[in-house]
Amino acid sequence: METPDQPSPQVNSAPNPTPTGPVGDGEPAPDCSSIVRFAKLDELLALGRANSLWPLTFGLACCAIEMMAAGASRFDISRFGAEVFRPSPRQADVMIVAGTINRKMALAVKTLYDQMPEPKWVIALGNCAISGGPFVFPGQYAVVEGVDKLFPVDVYVPGCPPRPEALIEGILALEEKITGKRRWPRVPPQ
Amino acid sequence: MLLEKLQSAVGAGVILPDGHETFVLNLGPQHPATHGVLRVKLTMDGEYILRAEPVPGYIHRMQEKMGENRSWSKYLPNTSRIDYLSAMTYTHAYVLVVERAAGIEVPPRAEYLRVITSELNRISSHLVWFGAFLLDLGGFTPLLYAFDDREKILDLLESVTGSRLTYCYYRFGGLCNDVDAEFLTGAREFVAYMRPRLAMYRQLVTDNIILRKRLEGIGRIDAELCRKYGATGPVIRGAGVANDVRRVEPYSVYPLLDFKIPVYSECDCMARYLVRMDEMEQSLRIVEQAIAQLPEGPVMGKVPRVVKVPAGDYYHAVEAARGRFAIRIVSDGKEIPYRIKLRTPSFSNLSLFEEASRGMMLPDALALMGSLDLVIPDIDR
Repeated sequence: METPDQPSPQVNSAPNPTPTGPVGDGEPAPDCSSIVRFAKLDELLALGRANSLWPLTFGLACCAIEMMAAGASRFDISRFGAEVFRPSPRQADVMIVAGTINRKMALAVKTLYDQMPEPKWVIALGNCAISGGPFVFPGQYAVVEGVDKLFPVDVYVPGCPPRPEALIEGILALEEKITGKRRWPRVPPQ
Repeated sequence: MLLEKLQSAVGAGVILPDGHETFVLNLGPQHPATHGVLRVKLTMDGEYILRAEPVPGYIHRMQEKMGENRSWSKYLPNTSRIDYLSAMTYTHAYVLVVERAAGIEVPPRAEYLRVITSELNRISSHLVWFGAFLLDLGGFTPLLYAFDDREKILDLLESVTGSRLTYCYYRFGGLCNDVDAEFLTGAREFVAYMRPRLAMYRQLVTDNIILRKRLEGIGRIDAELCRKYGATGPVIRGAGVANDVRRVEPYSVYPLLDFKIPVYSECDCMARYLVRMDEMEQSLRIVEQAIAQLPEGPVMGKVPRVVKVPAGDYYHAVEAARGRFAIRIVSDGKEIPYRIKLRTPSFSNLSLFEEASRGMMLPDALALMGSLDLVIPDIDR
């Protein structure tokens, strides 16, 4: 299917700031995501995780409808192993923040993020989740200007709302971040 | 009634006369059955609801306030993000009220195309409701069918508007661009395609005994309750009142088109379900007729570069997919609105939930909530 020109998802390449020990001044934070590392086992685990990302069933606004469309017939996100939407944060490992977060909702979103077990990833879907989108104006009183004000984001998918193809591309970008290589051929922009 | 006496007193840990103890159940703001971020505080006696208190505001986006700090035309994209499932009808209300206020003439071709796109949007909105409602009741498959049909509408609308969901196609005095022959052929083909699909839905889903048992006699909302809370749309038409803004306060070219207002008087969830299923058929009829009557001509009237609305107070209502949507604008003659007030159908339809769900079992109350077809940003604005 042809897609019109849309900005492609941006990947935040920095590793998630995991809880770290005391860090000296100016030194980069060491990666303490696991104390003992087994290179091959970690790769195997990463491969498994990347191919079966379980998103949290969590819709906020307009983008959630496009998220549903991505899960439904035509776009069928299960081709990429990410169709098992879990209503409970305890069973999910990727949070797709689909919509505007306002100040009343921010605490609940943060709680949901904290309830997800490690390792976990976050996709900011749509302009509202990236920066507050069209609802930002001088003197605004309700909207949180970007979900990365609350917790770290791995992939930013722009659009208002983004097309389902853009969300699928975001999932592929996240897979690439987890395993280090892309398993699906990249379609060059026309 | 014992329940009504207890209404004011109930909270967590109240001992009821029959020895049961109440507890408070928090539904939402993240819950798959509330379709967004609605939160309901439920005081329960076992499986029965004593009191349901909706807590809105989790997706308040300052829609009314934003009207006061941008020019009349810059507010257009906002209207499609209030109820994103029926964006066309919401934009229609806003352009109609500004056109009424500023005295802008709209060419007939533009009005016909507005009706065609609005009705297609209504079908796509009802299809999302159809899928999501049955998903709430425990059937996953209808969602896949509904979204498949919906994608066909989205393809059509995308070819003329450029977006899939939050359309901003209408302008003051007309439309942003004319449609091509491909769109009209596509819409005709869609009408021919959709009729057998609706017949199939009737056979597979509507006549399904499990669905009938789940919905018939559940969630009674009568005309009196609708009047009390201002409920409109399929909710009041499922209570036996033929109230449709397209008929009672005609606007656009609806008086020239022949269509029925589906009414069912059973007042239960099934009645509201049937109203929406019949509305899809009527919308197909409207699209068909409007394409047949579509006149040639321009799609944009004469509009000044900067639209100025003379000082005053103006109001216009349309029939959105969820009921009566009305915009009241107050102008002080400047380029920026003084006040924009939105009357959204989901807010009124939600407000009767507390009274209607009293004494119901929890799974039935979720069926009732699904049959109201709530869109949460439409409640919170």
